[in-house]
Amino acid sequence: MRASFGRRYMISASHRLHVDTLSVEENRTTYGKCNNPNGHGHNYVVEVLVGGGVDPETGMVIDLVALDQAVRTKVIDRFDHTNLNLDPLFHNRVPTTENLCRAAFGLLKDALPAGELEHVRVEETENNFFECYAE
Amino acid sequence: MIFLTRRATFSASHYYWNPAWSEERNRQLFGRCANRNGHGHNYTLEVTVAGEVDPVTGFVVDLKWLKGVIEREVLEAWDHRNLNLDVPEFLASEGAATIPTTENLAIAAWKRLEPAVTAAGGARLSRIRVYETPEIFAEFRGQI
Repeated sequence: MRASFGRRYMISASHRLHVDTLSVEENRTTYGKCNNPNGHGHNYVVEVLVGGGVDPETGMVIDLVALDQAVRTKVIDRFDHTNLNLDPLFHNRVPTTENLCRAAFGLLKDALPAGELEHVRVEETENNFFECYAE
Repeated sequence: MIFLTRRATFSASHYYWNPAWSEERNRQLFGRCANRNGHGHNYTLEVTVAGEVDPVTGFVVDLKWLKGVIEREVLEAWDHRNLNLDVPEFLASEGAATIPTTENLAIAAWKRLEPAVTAAGGARLSRIRVYETPEIFAEFRGQI
């Protein structure tokens, strides 16, 4: 029997949306307030969904403690209380929440102790969220 | 195809225990959830059905009807119960105990709801989500 287990985590980080290939004016038009030169920050919620068979002995798809450990090591410790623009993953990539979602998916995909990563959802605010699915 | 979701809440107690294991192994894997006197949660159940919009009513299914099905098939049996002791699918006496993990609750809710949704025609059950806390949930989409 295949089911999925989901868990939500929080990351507080700063960023600035700006790309060097666009002019100052184009950056301001494209990114608006998010282009503020000194950056700004969010409490991001990262939702991780892991799919797999339900272990007949434990009733679990994945051990929550082991999942927490993987997410903490790969994603939380890396991004929490940091400036996303300074992370190597965003050196040549603007740290939009779409790209943060893709980055989190990539970091977790091969790092799970069990199951398969089905989707990562990153909520930037209560009203904005982005989702990335296994292809 | 439109997906329609109805939420419901129920409050229940449970504990995690595999009778085939030693006490030590149960405590090691399940931690605080293995406390034999149980603990409880306010669960949220999300039921998603998929179907076409009826050209006359504009509905995929009548939400009142869906609410009734959820209450009759799931909430009456699970709300304000001890899942290990009061709910047939998790009774330890039923041989190999099915531990009332969030994953197993999602599967059990599917099994309770799917026949009624299918029998009504029109829409099919698409997804069950059970939130144990706002941060922890399990999802079942009927894949055996």
